[in-house]
Amino acid sequence: MLPELGHFALILALLLAGLQAFFGIAGPGLARDRWSQAVTTAVAGQAVMVATAVACLIACFVSEDFSVAYVAENSNSALPLFYRVTALWGAHEGSLLLWILLLAAWTVAVVLGSGRLPTRFAARVLGVLGLVSFGFLLFTLATSNPFLRLDPPAPDGRDLNPILQDPGLAVHPPILYTGYVGFAVAFAFACAAMLEGRLDQNWARWTRPWTTAAWSFLTCGIALGSFWAYYELGWGGFWFWDPVENASFMPWLVGTALVHSLAVTDKRGLFKSWTLLLAILAFSLSLLGTFLVRSGVLVSVHSFAADPTRGIFILVFLVLMIGGALTLYAWRAPLLRSTAGFELGARESFLLFNNVLLVIAAATVFAGTLAPLISDSLKLGTLSVGPPYFNPTFMLSMLPLLALLSVGIHANWKRGRLQDSQRTLLLTFVAAAVLGCGLTFGIYSHGRLLTPIGATLGIWILLSSLVDPVDRWRRGMVVPRAVLGMTVAHMGLALAVIALTTVQSFTIERDVSLAPGGMAKVGDYEFRFDGVRPVEGPNYDAVAGTLVVTRHGAPVAVLTPQKRHYFVQRQVTSETAIRWHRGNNVLLALGEDLGAGRWSVRIQIRPLVSLIWIAAFIMAVGGALAASDRRYRTARALVTSPGETSAGQTI
Amino acid sequence: MTRFMTRFLLPLGIFALLAVVLAIGIRHSPDKGIIASPLLGKSAPPFSLPNLTDPTQSVRSADLKGHWYLFNVWGTWCGGCREEHEMLLQVRRAGVVPIIGLDWKDDDAQALSWLSQLGNPYQSVATDHSGREAIEWGVYGAPETFLVNPQGIVVYKHIGALTPDTWTREILPRVSAAPAGSS
Repeated sequence: MLPELGHFALILALLLAGLQAFFGIAGPGLARDRWSQAVTTAVAGQAVMVATAVACLIACFVSEDFSVAYVAENSNSALPLFYRVTALWGAHEGSLLLWILLLAAWTVAVVLGSGRLPTRFAARVLGVLGLVSFGFLLFTLATSNPFLRLDPPAPDGRDLNPILQDPGLAVHPPILYTGYVGFAVAFAFACAAMLEGRLDQNWARWTRPWTTAAWSFLTCGIALGSFWAYYELGWGGFWFWDPVENASFMPWLVGTALVHSLAVTDKRGLFKSWTLLLAILAFSLSLLGTFLVRSGVLVSVHSFAADPTRGIFILVFLVLMIGGALTLYAWRAPLLRSTAGFELGARESFLLFNNVLLVIAAATVFAGTLAPLISDSLKLGTLSVGPPYFNPTFMLSMLPLLALLSVGIHANWKRGRLQDSQRTLLLTFVAAAVLGCGLTFGIYSHGRLLTPIGATLGIWILLSSLVDPVDRWRRGMVVPRAVLGMTVAHMGLALAVIALTTVQSFTIERDVSLAPGGMAKVGDYEFRFDGVRPVEGPNYDAVAGTLVVTRHGAPVAVLTPQKRHYFVQRQVTSETAIRWHRGNNVLLALGEDLGAGRWSVRIQIRPLVSLIWIAAFIMAVGGALAASDRRYRTARALVTSPGETSAGQTI
Repeated sequence: MTRFMTRFLLPLGIFALLAVVLAIGIRHSPDKGIIASPLLGKSAPPFSLPNLTDPTQSVRSADLKGHWYLFNVWGTWCGGCREEHEMLLQVRRAGVVPIIGLDWKDDDAQALSWLSQLGNPYQSVATDHSGREAIEWGVYGAPETFLVNPQGIVVYKHIGALTPDTWTREILPRVSAAPAGSS
């Protein structure tokens, strides 16, 4: 009964999404205001239906209804309740449902926050969002229905993929998806502006908080994913340039560019068509990210078995959605002219460099991710692209970006008189170089060529981003949240650069074979192996090794990495044991049973690795602060005042 | 003006190119399954497993030597297996190549009622309650189908529900291309 109810709710949601798209796009287009007003009703109805469908599927999981194929394939009677709920997004069908739910949530948020938008414009935004939702619902119902029944029902389920049985799974995909889906709002705003044929500074002011909020979620999601991979997969790395990771990183890079380009459009009314293009691009990459992972086009650790029908549907959907938006762009964007100019040393130039470099970075990641696919489809043989390609090419655009950030942050809008801040520039740079090199060689007394460069750049950004807020504060001025948020986000970036530099330069990795009572010395730490003992979990058996960790003889911790064997999926996972000690991250993973009580143990010591995730979180907090600035909420007054609207551009 | 317009058409052009590449990629993506299986071109793992319909008998790889056969991994809990069942029955009716089933981590009674309700496409079904045999074959999800030649070599592997397309394009040509004496 429940699965049928859920299925029915999804069908109704599809119809309502169709109505939402139709009224939203046709209403303003044909100047029928009644139609435009009907859109919000469709949004509310669709949200209720989608929520009902999700609730039904969760209920099926909780009540262990193994007559539902999706439940039977991703759950088991021995699976703890918590994971029975999160198993909802453990595979393709449920992930899509989650996507749709989040899109509905964002759409409702836009309705609630659109009081200050002109009715027709708001209807167009909601119409485009309805179109996106319609596509996803159709895809789900046609190719990936999570409510299909098994006849006869399965006696028990196949269990959730053991890798996904971790608290990290509970939060990582929903947050990542919230970010992905959030770019749909920026996309809808861009499409609405193009349909309207009008793009002014108000538009940028409306779009900014949504984009920044989505960006913050995406930042959080990527960091959580990286953290999850670090301690759950047991490979001992925080980033693998895996296609799935790249799929989330590309929209992040373009989204970052969009956040900055929107700032220019907002403050100076420039970069209009460029901002539109970035908004389309960010969402396209989010779609591509969602689908690359799911379609089996690219095979990676995370993806699922290939299903050609799904792939073709996805491709048609992408072509219609992105192709349609880009056609609209080719038609409308040439009409948007920016009349204002700026000098070479002005802030606009630096933000232009920022945009160009970020897009180049995204393009290199894109090329590396798709290269295997392209070489395969052109019959050039199977090609694998890994860190040797990604690390240097990515650095090539990132290093200048970081350096330009420290300079550009001092630049003024419009006028390029950098000599005014020459002293500050020089001062912060010298301080950063002294600190960076001093710390590098003081603490570690060795390093690679890039170590002092990375440390210096990181510290320089840290110091530079503090100059403006400290200056305002000393002069007794209020620091607006937008500025505060920007400062926090830039400081987060600086910390990330410092952490990445340290981790890349000073990580120690060693695989050792230890007999009970055996010792190993790695870096400053000693490890004593006290053998293994069996452990029983609810749906797995495990062996846990005991290792006593000391540093120069002083006790640090007793760590127990596990090797788990899940019954139903017959899969072995490695549960790493991690201890944070004096800025060092000590990671232990149990390897193979070498016989006679000997085990291979992987020992890794990574200095400052946790700072990478903390820094990413700080960046996200900065984004949230900036998005909540009152400036964006008071924009209504500007819309209604006729003086402002005439300043906008009409085609 | 024309140059000005081209600038705005460029993104669309790049995207169109990309869409073509993706389309080709999707058409070729089943090939990835071939690359992924380490068993391809190697001997199928030898097995001797209890027969589902008569547990006193066993299904043995030695008895299958000298014949082509499809090795199909399934279970009553698996949605994709249900989806491909009709296709398997068609394969049986075609009578070109027999199907050996591996009932993976399943309940015997459930499996028997499945076969009596939906029809039995298999020449014989081996049971694998522990899942050990599936590990030997490198199975990571049901359904999966392996094509084994008369020499006992795995020549093709299909991941997911068997489709008419895979049957006519991948399996049938391989079986019928072999010299008549060997099948």
